[in-house]
Amino acid sequence: MSNFFSKAEVTSSGRPVLLRNEVECHLLSAVDLEPEDHRHFSLLKSGLLILTTHRLIWLPSLSASTPTSASAIPLAAISHIFSSKKSLKSVFHSPRIRFQVLVSSDGRVFDPGSESGSSSGSGSRSVVVTAVIRGKGDCDGFLVKFWDSWRARAWEATETSDSGSASASGSGAATGTGGGLYSSDGSVRMVGVAGILRKEQEMWESTDKSLQDAFQDLNALMSKAKEMVMLAEKMRQKLLSGTSSQTSGTNDEDMGSKEEMQDWLLSVGIISPVTKESAGALYHQQLSRQLADFVRIPLERAGGMINLIDAYCLFNRARGTELISPDDMLQACSLWEKFDVPVMLRKFDSGVMVIQNKSHSDEEVFARIKSLVTKPEALLTGISPTDAAMTLGIAPAMAKEHLLTAEIKGLLCRDISPDGFRFYINLFPEIDPCNMYFVKNYGICSTWIKAVSTTG
Amino acid sequence: MQKLGDFKLPHFFNYPPYFTLQPVRETREKQIQLWKELILDYCRIQKIFVIRLEEEFPLFSNSVVERTLSHEAREAFLSALVAEGRAEWLDKGRRNCLILWHRIQEWADIIVNFVKDNGFEDSVMTVEEIRSGIESRGTELQGIDRTILVRALKLLEHKGKLAIFKGTSTDDEGVKFSV
Repeated sequence: MSNFFSKAEVTSSGRPVLLRNEVECHLLSAVDLEPEDHRHFSLLKSGLLILTTHRLIWLPSLSASTPTSASAIPLAAISHIFSSKKSLKSVFHSPRIRFQVLVSSDGRVFDPGSESGSSSGSGSRSVVVTAVIRGKGDCDGFLVKFWDSWRARAWEATETSDSGSASASGSGAATGTGGGLYSSDGSVRMVGVAGILRKEQEMWESTDKSLQDAFQDLNALMSKAKEMVMLAEKMRQKLLSGTSSQTSGTNDEDMGSKEEMQDWLLSVGIISPVTKESAGALYHQQLSRQLADFVRIPLERAGGMINLIDAYCLFNRARGTELISPDDMLQACSLWEKFDVPVMLRKFDSGVMVIQNKSHSDEEVFARIKSLVTKPEALLTGISPTDAAMTLGIAPAMAKEHLLTAEIKGLLCRDISPDGFRFYINLFPEIDPCNMYFVKNYGICSTWIKAVSTTG
Repeated sequence: MQKLGDFKLPHFFNYPPYFTLQPVRETREKQIQLWKELILDYCRIQKIFVIRLEEEFPLFSNSVVERTLSHEAREAFLSALVAEGRAEWLDKGRRNCLILWHRIQEWADIIVNFVKDNGFEDSVMTVEEIRSGIESRGTELQGIDRTILVRALKLLEHKGKLAIFKGTSTDDEGVKFSV
């Protein structure tokens, strides 16, 4: 069965390739194109019908089972457009647009642009084509535009300007002042009230069209997005089930591809739940090492212990771009225990989290605190976190954490008063409730008593 | 050594953390023990039978180190005494606490000894006479809290050592000993 209609060129994403100066005017979806004599000629079913200034383009729908290529009917080939008949029958049927098309000697649509289309080749035969509109489009509006475009004969203006520009550029400008609605370059001329109205209408048309196009694309995007999400979920499930059934037979290849999968998911923004159980995605591993290297210097400056939040700020500031989230920070720090790095994450009882050197020794800190708190002045008035901070060479907040830890260990006691929050050396262990007035000779209590009594 | 009236205070009374309720369990337990003993000693020597939390109590403040026990701390220490049976709350709001530096049983024994010492084995006395009569002067029974006395007498009555009865005047009860 030969193809009745002319072929229309289409881009890779299915959009029609427009001719020079060709402008889309309207479109309808789910349209069948039926040539009257369709015993010999092909029937185009349920496609997108696009009206342009030059042609009627029919695009096959995406879900077409038989691949039909895009087709077009030049408006120049149309000899007559039938007005719509409103009959009783038309109420129940899908709306139809009927027009008459000139047919060339080879039985196909007369194509003025092709080789077969010369003025002598346009035969007297014509075929009536019916466009059956099964979609929800504005059929009457389309018909109006159809009439307008067909009468405007934009392709003729294009032809004259094409031939004109070949000869001399000046003549092109001259022919531009000629009469008619279309100027020499093919665009519609805006003259008078008709021009203003035309301009308005064109604005509406273009808005309408772009909205329609946008929604077309959006619908396509939405369906693709849904597919993507389902695919990602399937991947995730596979990963989850893969690690839970940990057999000794997992070979390196499997692990490698799994890691790749995790990375891919991570880059798309899906955080794999298996990250915590396994060695962690490559991204977090690298971040973890980078962080361990970076944090060395701030740690030294801070006296061996730095608040996690402070470290986070410093790190991100150093990175400049590609900032990491607090979650990433936590994950990176948690991974340290799996590597051999000289730093560690530590959580105090109060909930404060710090980064400290592995070589940091609590015992050493306590020894320093003890010597500080048994000085005569400290025996009398105790120490504040600030005092400790100055002695230990660390931030007051860190110093307070140390003091609290020392308190929990029973080294210190707290004293809360209008003077503030202070710590004293713990005397309670040495006092015997059954013998309260007795003081051991060389114990801490006697030292304390001596210190207290000398000041009066 | 510091004194509070006639009472000799231990050295740690001037240790500021002593007046702050300690959060660490082991430290707190020791602190509570020390306060329990101190309260009992002080009340026994000063013959104090009731501590009212909302009033000033000399033992709970130290002007030398400028510290005072918070309400929370006071309640904690007194509750510890109650748990041990050395004190009782007189009201649901825990504002008044009866201090038993002698347990009721101990008071009962003291009464029995008092009766025997004075030959009151078969006599009759009023409750008021027991606590403020001539015979009780110089004894521990002098000025004993009436609530405690009645409780001790009731305990003895339960054991059959005496009988309590309503006296001639409406507000005084009498006791017939049969020790």
